[in-house]
Amino acid sequence: MAKLPKPEELGKIDYTPPSTGWMDTPVEFKPGYFCNAAKEKNLAGLHMPNARTWSVKDEDWKLPDNWKEIIMEGLRERLEKYRSLRIFMDICVRCGACADKCHFFIGTGDPKNMPVLRAELLRSVYRKEYTTAGKILGKFAGAREMTIDVLKEWWYYFFQCTECRRCSVFCPYGIDQAEITIVGRELLNLLGLNIDWIMGPANACYHKGNHLGIEPHTFKSSIEFFLDDIKTITGIDIEPSFNRKGAEILFVTPSGDVFADPGTYTAMGYLMLFHELGLDYTWSTYASEGGNFGFFTNNELAKKLNAKIYAEAKRLGVKWILGGECGHMWRVLSQYMDTWNGPADFLEVPKSPITGTVFENARSMKMVHITEFTADLMKHNKLKLDPSRNDDVRLTWHDSCNTARGMGLLEEPRYIAKQVCNNFFEMPENTIREKTFCCGSGSGLNASENMDMRLKGGLPRANAVKYVHEKHGVNTVGNVCAIDRATLTTAIDYWSPGVRVSGLHELVANALVMKGEKTRRTNLRFEPLPGVEQVDDDQPEEE
Amino acid sequence: MGALLSFIGVLVLVLVAVIGAKANMQFILGVAVPYAAAATFVIGLVMRVMKWASSPVPFRIPTTCGQQKTLPWIKHDWVENPTTIWGVLARMFFEVFLFRSLFRNTKTELHEGPKLVYGSAKWLWFFGLVFHWSFLVIAIRHLRFFSEQVPGLIQLLESLDNFLQIGAPGLYLTDLALISAVTVLFLRRVVLPNIKYISLPADYFPLFLIGGIAVSGVLMRYFTKVHIVGVKQFTMSLVSLSPKLPQSEIGAIFWVHLLLVSALFAYFPFSKLVHMAGVFMSPTRNLASTGRIKRHINPWNYPVKIHTYEEYENDFRDKMKAAGLPVEKE
Repeated sequence: MAKLPKPEELGKIDYTPPSTGWMDTPVEFKPGYFCNAAKEKNLAGLHMPNARTWSVKDEDWKLPDNWKEIIMEGLRERLEKYRSLRIFMDICVRCGACADKCHFFIGTGDPKNMPVLRAELLRSVYRKEYTTAGKILGKFAGAREMTIDVLKEWWYYFFQCTECRRCSVFCPYGIDQAEITIVGRELLNLLGLNIDWIMGPANACYHKGNHLGIEPHTFKSSIEFFLDDIKTITGIDIEPSFNRKGAEILFVTPSGDVFADPGTYTAMGYLMLFHELGLDYTWSTYASEGGNFGFFTNNELAKKLNAKIYAEAKRLGVKWILGGECGHMWRVLSQYMDTWNGPADFLEVPKSPITGTVFENARSMKMVHITEFTADLMKHNKLKLDPSRNDDVRLTWHDSCNTARGMGLLEEPRYIAKQVCNNFFEMPENTIREKTFCCGSGSGLNASENMDMRLKGGLPRANAVKYVHEKHGVNTVGNVCAIDRATLTTAIDYWSPGVRVSGLHELVANALVMKGEKTRRTNLRFEPLPGVEQVDDDQPEEE
Repeated sequence: MGALLSFIGVLVLVLVAVIGAKANMQFILGVAVPYAAAATFVIGLVMRVMKWASSPVPFRIPTTCGQQKTLPWIKHDWVENPTTIWGVLARMFFEVFLFRSLFRNTKTELHEGPKLVYGSAKWLWFFGLVFHWSFLVIAIRHLRFFSEQVPGLIQLLESLDNFLQIGAPGLYLTDLALISAVTVLFLRRVVLPNIKYISLPADYFPLFLIGGIAVSGVLMRYFTKVHIVGVKQFTMSLVSLSPKLPQSEIGAIFWVHLLLVSALFAYFPFSKLVHMAGVFMSPTRNLASTGRIKRHINPWNYPVKIHTYEEYENDFRDKMKAAGLPVEKE
């Protein structure tokens, strides 16, 4: 990673397009703006085509001789499989409404990051191959030959799109760049042209059950590690179960929650909540991943990784599935899972054992989002809460792209946040709900070698955070997304220092008054609760 | 460059019509070309739509723009995140007739700091709406040339359109609106640097073509005055499939107008103008958000090889047993 410039430097963005037309402006691979090439072992581990060692910076990407044929055949096949693709290739009028809605365009000023132009990268090839006008008139009809330079341009820009769908909210025809990026990446994967930050986790997930490659015994011990912390903070012993047959509920969350701060605090939150409820649930080490990096590779791999959730629910004989806080996980679950791997007729329509509420909105797919579950508990007064424990938190809410635009989960988390936190402030209207901005690192782009691009993509989000930070003294961004928890911290530390990132169930657990708990002196991060004197580390924690 | 080329293209069409009219090629201009154009339009558009329809919608992928249907006490946005056919119809109504999505448009501005501001930007929505609606009204008004008795509805539309009662013949507001809107839509393509950058000749050509149609129409009605009775007799003969060319001279401008309209019809199915049909079929807008309520079927869904639990346990059995995790096989 190159040394990062100062925010004032990186924040100088030139929106003037180049003097040469976009077809005549060759792609420039800027360091800090792209990820490393997928490694041979990760491609081979999933039997992906053209597994070999290659480097993005090399002139030769070691493609098969008939690469062009493979791409064209792949495009033809996908045009026949996806109506969305066919229509989106034909109907764009280039009105430009999407142009300044993309966080990568706002952050970089690179015209090929305007969704309309990113789509034209593919459309131009489609026109040359499939339209009469394109064949005859060529460039004047917006058509161009598929060449190795075009291929590299695809690679650079289709891995510079987080599939966040913000453009599709503003498009008068709902043209969704995510659909185009998904197909673009599928085509690139036919030639083994993925990034390792996606291929590595996908390979790990296939063989070991989760993106981080945590093996079953380590998964268990990671969670047990949280139990020690919970015991220290609350004095309560928790005994979760793993791979337990006959449990009522299977709980699946992104593995990031088990592995890295601040997601780990959210995982502690789940454990505390479920314990307090006496919920009959189990974790699974086999289906220990809610997220799906296969979704950033191709449809088939996404389906393969997703299949484990239903398979494990069936093996364990649970009644329904509860899902943790994650973004793209929930787009995949809401819009793909039942179609791929359903019908889940061996499960029952989810019903909260605490309130008796039947989750009719998950009637077929049988999986409930944890904020739906918790909001229902709170509405029925099933939880004893002390929001004053979060009085040092001045909270704003970041809607994650996928839960907002691929699901519509907007009010549930806000309801919960307001129950557990007394100070809640919304960011400006054009930056929240369905118009929310991506963290800049979604869809598998949360690597470190592309940090300049991530920070630039994160600018619009962080800038709105900065606004409420300065106006209302906001010091915490709440969210329900593991990628946000992993990456927003970086973007916000850079653009708007003094604000931290927190999962929702971390805040819930801080406010949750548990039966038999000792007087809490710290929050889950071992920081003193508001009104409590500095915790003296030398003193024994037990009272 | 693209703009100039498109302009020249339309100019050539105008010249062809003028020369053709002078050279007694009325049959080609008035009968052969319009019939061919109409047939191209209908067949081309039907084929285009059938082509789209031939590809399935494998996944339920609406872009949700409002609160999902969930717990009964949380207000569901039944239009922007519909779960029923009525919700979808309402959403499509707002999209097609009022350009709902374009109404959301904002303009991003970067200030020192950096500080980003998203201002309201309704101009594109406004002129887009004016353009499409005035075009529609004008098209409907033209039905008077294709029906013996002018229907009351069209007469009503005409009198509304002419309610200012300026000049004789009375000024139609939609004529003014269409030309203004085309002008604005053109100007933004040449003035705004990023919009200019993304514009193709295929974006300028329809604007010039429609602009040319509007201007020639206006010239005919208000200025050069064609022989209107002759025109109507001719259009009636066209629509009754027994074409009779006008006996007397009706004015070259009419042939220009007719050729440009024919060009628009013929060009339509092969251009971005098919968005007229495509907007109804866009899966992110016309699907109900029922991915969790009802199973959506993908016709090409096929079984895949997965890494089974059995294989997983085989890989890790000893470690699992040592960690006290239950196993299927000891």
